[in-house]
Amino acid sequence: MTVASWLAVVTVASRLDPITTLAVKQRRLLKGHQGKVLCTDWCQDKRHLVSSSQDGKIIIGLDNKVTVYPLSLDEDVTVKKRAVGTHTSYMSCCTFPYSDQQILTGSGDSTCALWDVESGLMLQSFHGHQGDVMALDHAPSETGNTFVSGGCDKLALVWDMRSGRCVQSFEGHESDVNAVKFYPSGDAVATGSDDATCRLFDLRADREVALYTKESIIFGVNAVDFSVSGRLLFAGYNDYTVNVWDTLKCQRLTVLYGHENRVSCLKMSPDGTAISTGSWDFTLRIWA
Amino acid sequence: MVSMSTSDRGAVRKKGAAPTTTTTTSNTSIPNKTTITTCSTNRSNTNTPIVGGSSSNSTTKSAIKAGVKNGQSSTGIGATPEETPNHIVYKKMEALVERMQDEERGVPVRTVKSFMSKIPSVFTGVELISWMLKNLDIEDPAEALHLSHLMSAHGYFFPIDDHVLTIKNDNTFYRFQTPYFWPSNCWEPENTDYAVYLCKRTMQNKARLELADYEAENLARLQKMFSRKWEFIFMQAEAQSKVDKKRDKLERKVLDSQERAFWDVHRPVPGCVNTTEIDIKKACRMNKPLRSTRHLALGVPGGRLSPTISEAELNSPRDRLKAEVEILKTKIDRCTFKVSKAADSYLNYFEQYSEYDPHLFVSEPPNPWVSDSPDYWDVDRVASSSSQEPGMPLVKREIPTRRVRRWGFGVQELLKDPLGREQFTKFLEKEFSAENLMFLTAVQELKALPQKSVAEKVQAIWDEFLAPEASAPVNIDSKSMNITRQNMEHPDRWTFDEAAAHLYQLMRSDSYCRYLRSDLYKDFLSGSKKKTSVKGIRSIVPFSGKPKEAVKESQGGS
Repeated sequence: MTVASWLAVVTVASRLDPITTLAVKQRRLLKGHQGKVLCTDWCQDKRHLVSSSQDGKIIIGLDNKVTVYPLSLDEDVTVKKRAVGTHTSYMSCCTFPYSDQQILTGSGDSTCALWDVESGLMLQSFHGHQGDVMALDHAPSETGNTFVSGGCDKLALVWDMRSGRCVQSFEGHESDVNAVKFYPSGDAVATGSDDATCRLFDLRADREVALYTKESIIFGVNAVDFSVSGRLLFAGYNDYTVNVWDTLKCQRLTVLYGHENRVSCLKMSPDGTAISTGSWDFTLRIWA
Repeated sequence: MVSMSTSDRGAVRKKGAAPTTTTTTSNTSIPNKTTITTCSTNRSNTNTPIVGGSSSNSTTKSAIKAGVKNGQSSTGIGATPEETPNHIVYKKMEALVERMQDEERGVPVRTVKSFMSKIPSVFTGVELISWMLKNLDIEDPAEALHLSHLMSAHGYFFPIDDHVLTIKNDNTFYRFQTPYFWPSNCWEPENTDYAVYLCKRTMQNKARLELADYEAENLARLQKMFSRKWEFIFMQAEAQSKVDKKRDKLERKVLDSQERAFWDVHRPVPGCVNTTEIDIKKACRMNKPLRSTRHLALGVPGGRLSPTISEAELNSPRDRLKAEVEILKTKIDRCTFKVSKAADSYLNYFEQYSEYDPHLFVSEPPNPWVSDSPDYWDVDRVASSSSQEPGMPLVKREIPTRRVRRWGFGVQELLKDPLGREQFTKFLEKEFSAENLMFLTAVQELKALPQKSVAEKVQAIWDEFLAPEASAPVNIDSKSMNITRQNMEHPDRWTFDEAAAHLYQLMRSDSYCRYLRSDLYKDFLSGSKKKTSVKGIRSIVPFSGKPKEAVKESQGGS
């Protein structure tokens, strides 16, 4: 059944021209962390990055200049800490839906929760995963009332933020789902897993529609993100590389070498001009 | 695997050559195991009187490990109890290594005669890489080199005389690791084991076994750490070294190198990646009590964590099952959308947005990360800043056409752009229906508020747009109105969602379409294009991207 689905996408995509002009290269190397980089995100101005690391520091970097803020001085973080303290296990991922007044967290206790940042109040909790929640992403749709989460139960679940109910579930992965990301139109979700594959699940068709895999790729995926048009899927792997996939033709276009340890996080910049990657090699890199 | 190699052994020996790696690795795994167990017995025999605890612990540990390995190879069941991410990768690499070690189709392994001696069971980097290019789905030598480097870093094969586990595509010699030392055997070697190993190396006065600087430093540190039981460590090392000396010369060469490579994986050279490290998140999970994941969410104790769910809810599987049924029902009810239709939608999306994708379309000005110039960002900034000048005729603004055209892709695109939103508001004002957009904006703002301000805002929205004597009444259908009225009894940030969804659809199918057809939008769209026409004379020197814009325009149109 699913094989037929993949074929459908590839067949329809056969009328597209292949991508031949892709010339993604490393453009910046950001050093400063003394530990593994665990998470990174872009600032709204498209030129700054925020990253967090196992060294307990949050670094806000501009090109090659780096300023270090120790965690304890950052007021916002203490707020988050208090709110998250109610999860009974580690917090694996978080995002700010709507505004910075709310934070959506995923946890090792197999739940997700929506918190009011100011009061630390839990607005909604999301029960349904049967394993640690590893990643989540907020829907880019008009109302933005849904989000998707991926977990160690090999599932990606779509949730209604209002009711707290799981509205859709996608299976197919053979191991932990470490990364989830909405397709830019909001109609599909890309996932990355320890089974060394990335997949595309369509919300409307309610099933897996594409599989991104290669015999020679054997390491797990930690992070995925799309280019603006949705045609490219960037995926960060435990084998220190970033693979770039043609989402529609289901082919790998290129490999980005450079990191010297696992790629732990990866984010497209808000205007789509570059992607940032963070790694266990203590560095961040910007590719364009 | 063991049985296979025994049957193979005869065939290989007949060739008269020294044992090839396939046989060496698989075969030596047996003597090796026995040596370790003999060592262990030696250890416990000689040392139990001196130190009891930790030493015998580690002995039993290694014995257990050997047992596990035996069990595995004899039964042929590869599945380890832990399905940790690292193990999944180990299994895949081991499947590859087994292909590489295939007698006939594997990487050719041989014994090389060098000046005064023989180098047993080696292959070159060139041979390995060309095998990978031929036998795996890899076209690029760089990729083969990268994968082989990773496998080497995990210790599956290693340079015969270098602590740095990597592969070069040249005539450097490499050797396969014995399966006994594969990382999948759950090795977590202890410092005492490492101390014994280093100590043993100092006893063999051969140049090739001399300690590297970092090893000597480690040894000194360990000696300090274990000062009180150093005598015991020394004795163990001596015993092991004695056993080693009894071995055949070539076999010893192989074994020494394999043992060294094992420690190069678990105590890597400073600066090298320790591949045995586990993701901290996954490690947390491994330490947790195993939850029965096969059952549906039936409230397994320890399985739930965050508060809101009540004990009662957890203890009533019926409710959970009901919810499950509910989900399955909605799954069936969901209109089944054809995959080909979904694929079409992706293609359309791509075709529409490809020119906005800086990775696929060379923009003008160029990508700021490539060109090292912020022009790309400045174009937009100029546009936004000029928009802040009040009273300026709209067409005067130098807004890139591509940006304006995007407003036509969907109402969401229009509203996402502050300038688009401003334009649309102007249009709605002309049509006397601006309150719809104001309502939708207010509803989105409500969702973004801190909890304490929610109730107040809900009331304000109600009073302004929906109440009987509202100042800016919006027109929604009775169904949504009823739902909203009910919601008002327990106001929260989602109280107006139904009404907003209704209005949004209305706006999309009605006002938005009319806006796109309006002169307001059309003028705006063509405003920047017709720079040379009457309108454009005011800005005769348009920004640098102009000619390209026009080209793109024609491309997009065709």
